[in-house]
Amino acid sequence: MLWSSPLIAVALTFALGAAVFAAMGQPPLAALHALFVSPLTDMNGVAELLLKASPLCLIALGLAVGFRSNIWNIGAEGQMYIGAVFATGLAIHFQARWGGWMLPAMILAGIAGGLAWAAIVAALRAHLHASEILVSLMLTYVAALIVKYLVFGPWQDPAANNFPFTVSFEDNALFSPLMNYVAALEGTRLNTSLLLTLAAIPLTWVFMKLSFTGFQLRVAGDAPAAARYAGHSEKRAIWIALLISGAAAGLAGVTEVAGPIGQLNDRWTPGYGFTAIIVAALGRLHPVGIAVAALLMALLYIGGETAQVALQLPRAISYVFQGLLLMALLACEVLVHFRVQWTATTRSSQAA
Amino acid sequence: MQTTTTPLLRLAGVVKRYPTVTALGGVRLEVAEGEIHAVLGENGAGKSTLMKTIYGVVQPDAGAIEWRGAPVSIADPVAARGLGIAMVFQHFALFESLTVAENIALALPGRFGASLGLSELAARIVEVSRRYGLPVNPWRSVHELSVGERQRAEIVRCLLQSPRLLIMDEPTSVLTPQAVEQLFDTLRALAREGTAILYVSHKLDEIRRLCDRATILRGGHNAGEVDPRAESEAHLAELMIGRSFPRTLRRAHARGAPGLQVSELSLPPDGPFGVALHSVSLSVHRGEVLGIAGISGNGQAEFLAAVSGERRVSPNEICLGETPVGHLDAGARRGLGLAYVPEERLGRGAVPDMSLAENSLLTASRKGMVRAGLVDWSAAEAYAARCIREFDVRAGGPRAVARSLSGGNLQKFIVGREIAEQPGVMVLAQPTWGVDVAATALIRQRILDLAAAGVAVLVVSEDLGEILEVCDRVAVMAGGRLSTVREVGETHAAEIGAWMAGGFLR
Repeated sequence: MLWSSPLIAVALTFALGAAVFAAMGQPPLAALHALFVSPLTDMNGVAELLLKASPLCLIALGLAVGFRSNIWNIGAEGQMYIGAVFATGLAIHFQARWGGWMLPAMILAGIAGGLAWAAIVAALRAHLHASEILVSLMLTYVAALIVKYLVFGPWQDPAANNFPFTVSFEDNALFSPLMNYVAALEGTRLNTSLLLTLAAIPLTWVFMKLSFTGFQLRVAGDAPAAARYAGHSEKRAIWIALLISGAAAGLAGVTEVAGPIGQLNDRWTPGYGFTAIIVAALGRLHPVGIAVAALLMALLYIGGETAQVALQLPRAISYVFQGLLLMALLACEVLVHFRVQWTATTRSSQAA
Repeated sequence: MQTTTTPLLRLAGVVKRYPTVTALGGVRLEVAEGEIHAVLGENGAGKSTLMKTIYGVVQPDAGAIEWRGAPVSIADPVAARGLGIAMVFQHFALFESLTVAENIALALPGRFGASLGLSELAARIVEVSRRYGLPVNPWRSVHELSVGERQRAEIVRCLLQSPRLLIMDEPTSVLTPQAVEQLFDTLRALAREGTAILYVSHKLDEIRRLCDRATILRGGHNAGEVDPRAESEAHLAELMIGRSFPRTLRRAHARGAPGLQVSELSLPPDGPFGVALHSVSLSVHRGEVLGIAGISGNGQAEFLAAVSGERRVSPNEICLGETPVGHLDAGARRGLGLAYVPEERLGRGAVPDMSLAENSLLTASRKGMVRAGLVDWSAAEAYAARCIREFDVRAGGPRAVARSLSGGNLQKFIVGREIAEQPGVMVLAQPTWGVDVAATALIRQRILDLAAAGVAVLVVSEDLGEILEVCDRVAVMAGGRLSTVREVGETHAAEIGAWMAGGFLR
């Protein structure tokens, strides 16, 4: 029952979505087809799906580690920004000189950026008992403003006619396209960063299931009193959970700016860091579940674009679906654990 | 005693099946008005299921229930309370975040919750708790209360409903001998007023002193109905467990060097309703069992947190052997040979949704279960399997989830896990609270065996009988202070009982 609740939630979302389309005067089945089936009819659509699912999956894997230990990092979006900023800083200043070492250095810098941004949250939570939910969320807005400052100010491309973006990265600062290695992917934007995500899925599983630290995090989440009783350090759990999710988000930032975007600008993410929260929940915090959920959410993004073109629907339709999905998921969670009892009926049956 | 030929409550052929087990296989029970009726049986005998059936929590699959001669079906506890049935649960049904008064108001719909203000209800609570010798502060939040205080709140809640039938599930396990006498006086007075009392217990001496009749259950069937006053304890026990009663065996053991020393331990309270500790000192020697008696909520929780390392203190206040450890966390102290069985089993001693193998890893990770940061799950499963085997834990194996075990079996597992760590110092809090007779005997025997093997054992318990059975020396904790330590042979229940009520403080 616990495992079926995400499936019920997805079914419920489709049903509610069909109702929304009907209310908008669209034939529901055709609209759903446009949203969820037609994007997948060619290789390019599949590649775009994977391209969007990859950062979602990466961030959600990191978040899930924290969520399992009851650490609610809501600010992956901001950690992703700072990861991208660190990597971009290296790229625009050193790419002419560092040759083949450029991309590995950017990956490390991006991870370091995510770590640094999450470390602020960890320090405030572990040592001052500040709520990590609020702190991480507020830091996201700070991070967004830092990005804005940089791309409107010191890092702006002089040749950009005052548009807010940096110079485009050279090839040594970009993940190489997968079509260079796989002929079937000719013409797609998929790149080698997908391999990082594919590696992260089993690694996360191993960490949570087989490592002692992962076990300690699960205990901290399931039964904090038992963690104290066993002598597991609470502060260490907070630091590890936040640093892992920060590192994953920072890495996802690099895969975007050094991937399909190829530069830093002020509106390069469709909210991956926030959507990943839904992905982690929908995947029941399990690595495989998260991979599947990331594909589903990516499909929503792409389907939204298709629907915009094919049905003249506003692009916000994908956010409507995200919201419906999250709501259905939360409702199913509650209803799996609790039974609704109509008190008025109980009273009257009592009297009878 | 029998005022009418029609019994107040009559059950016949009651059957309750669960997917894997038949809890009740056709049980009969008759309770007359004004009767104190014991229901005796081990855990798993069906006592709790039978009581829940009467209280409307569980619906029987077959059988008849008659209330005052008329057939009834008790759909839920609201219906049971409507008939005049009240129940004190063994596992408390209180809301953690509410105060005692709010909890009680919830259980009394209409009468108090709506028409009477909370402060008036609180006054009633204080009055009833005074009358029956069950001190409860109505304004305290339940999550701040110890196990014993929660049970007192439950009893007061039931008495406020002026029930026709009062079901009490092991009510005396947390009371001082004097308070037990007071409760018995209360129950006898209630019975004289015509209230029937169903008294669920496995304490044979109490049942023989208090009860008029006893229905004995074994494996979900009636195993006899007797007048307990006319039977020997040994015979009652045999009826209950179906074989002769296990006796704990005390082996000779010599008292060695101090294993655990607490010196002048003082602590401020850790919450608005916490208890402060005032220069508590004691020394537990290797090869002895030292008992701390006393009613919960008198500083035991704070004392145990300081000893276990869940709360850190200054280094010299706690020593393991000669090593100061007050500043170390619980994990570091375990590394130095301390093992601890906490009072709360689910959520503290064990993670409810984790397997027994994972729960072995919780505290025994140092026993070769972690290599290069990775868990050796086969070692953890082998460790859990050993605890299951050696402590006769009824469970589906090392992969069974802790939550699926009964209270007694989970406690056997936790005690087994801690003993298998081969500690130098063992601390146990309420080791047999709510545990059935056979498991209690097993756990107490292992406590004695530990001491005989040269381990320093500290037992903190509200059960005075337990303290007197397993301990070599005893002290009493009351009001955050510790009494002087006495040899068990040189004291007696009445003196300790007086101390438990704070007598040594004056």
